[in-house]
Amino acid sequence: MVQEEDDPRLFDIGIQLLLQGIYLTYQHDFRDYAVASLRRRVRQAMDRFGCSRLSQLQERLLHEPEVFAQALQYFTVQMSDFFRDPDYFRALREEVVPVLKTYPSVKVWVAGCSSGEELWSLAILFHEEGLLPRTVFYATDINPEALRQAEAGVYPLDRVAQFSTNYRLAGGKQSLSDYYVCAYDAAAFDRKLRAQVVFADHSLATDHVFSEVHLVSCRNVLIYFNRSLQERAIGLFREALVRRGFLGLGSRETLRFTSHESAFDELLPQQRIYRLR
Amino acid sequence: MSHPPLRLPTGIEAVVIGASAGGIEAVSQLLAALPAGFGAPVLLVLHIQSGRPSRLAPLFGARCALPVNEPEDKEPLKAASVYVAPPDYHLLVEPPGIVALSIDAPVHYSRPAIDPLFESAAVVYGPALLAILLTGASSDGSLGLRTVRRAGGCAWVQDPATAVASTMPRSALELAGADAILTIDETARALAALSPTLRATQLPST
Repeated sequence: MVQEEDDPRLFDIGIQLLLQGIYLTYQHDFRDYAVASLRRRVRQAMDRFGCSRLSQLQERLLHEPEVFAQALQYFTVQMSDFFRDPDYFRALREEVVPVLKTYPSVKVWVAGCSSGEELWSLAILFHEEGLLPRTVFYATDINPEALRQAEAGVYPLDRVAQFSTNYRLAGGKQSLSDYYVCAYDAAAFDRKLRAQVVFADHSLATDHVFSEVHLVSCRNVLIYFNRSLQERAIGLFREALVRRGFLGLGSRETLRFTSHESAFDELLPQQRIYRLR
Repeated sequence: MSHPPLRLPTGIEAVVIGASAGGIEAVSQLLAALPAGFGAPVLLVLHIQSGRPSRLAPLFGARCALPVNEPEDKEPLKAASVYVAPPDYHLLVEPPGIVALSIDAPVHYSRPAIDPLFESAAVVYGPALLAILLTGASSDGSLGLRTVRRAGGCAWVQDPATAVASTMPRSALELAGADAILTIDETARALAALSPTLRATQLPST
């Protein structure tokens, strides 16, 4: 008997069936996720749940909601770093924040915030620039566990050294340790930074725009989408942004292969910061 | 050392190359052998240090007749172009032949890693894929090479006796076997000989 895992085309068909089943059962829509990385994650989920065949994983995910909740981690969580790509944050500080300061109040959408590293980095940056008290951050993700971690703002201490290095390279004005307290083997970030943050369940695949914002920061989320879902997501950003609003993407992400390219100026091409025309 | 004459694969539409320790020199030699009109895209993963920009693309570009670049996410692959995995991203291929990057966890302690590229390219290209695994000190690439071969693709592995670090080619030969075990010189000559036979008609040429 041919194992489906040995035939890549059958495995991909199995994944599409699984995603359709997940969508119909739980309304989580991964059908337009980029298949290349999804394939590896599905294999990891099969290992984790002791399934030798994809159909067994499907059986468990569709019939056991608690297993699906755990499996959601395999479909979504991408761990980031504080101030990942320091140049991006330096550019925000120097080129974008001065413009944002001209508004009486500022709204920022951190789309696909995952476990919150990006959000906390932005909150610290805005605090240092004196902009935090008049800013509202919307931190959205489809994964409730990731949102919970983001809201808790507690990270393993062994990751914090890298965070500090990035913070310095990003032009941080103090010491990162001013913003967290250590307890056991973890660093808990200052909850005062969190006062301005609204955490919400939001899907770039199925939900709509919920507010007008001045800056969208969505980094290394779009790479997990196929082109049609990228189109949809960027369309949402375009709709949410105020006139001349800003969009920040990950260091290898671009609008070039989408239909929205002409709606934006490449403000800082190196740092992937765009501005709505 | 020398090996029996190599039977060149036919109908190749893409070439993927993986290398680690000792790989810069080996890859340079291969890329230098590619003629300007090489009829397939060449995708390359070299294990590199994370957290800083890589100078591989300009380094290789200076020694290669083809353009060498770090690709953007969702960039369509073109013939006669070399794509180097950017630091801190896995490089993958999506149907129908476009780049997909990911920041998923490191594989074999490395991001970029070879297995994700080989596995994803095997699905897209099947028997039309040539995978080349070179020197290195990990076991990255072994599983990927097995997937390539199971999908009917062609696998060339550097002769471990001629590799700066033999662990990676040795591990791949144990797990996946190979269609040919070659020195770098032989691989370079075979790539150059392969060029006129490539099935480039399905790809834009610029």
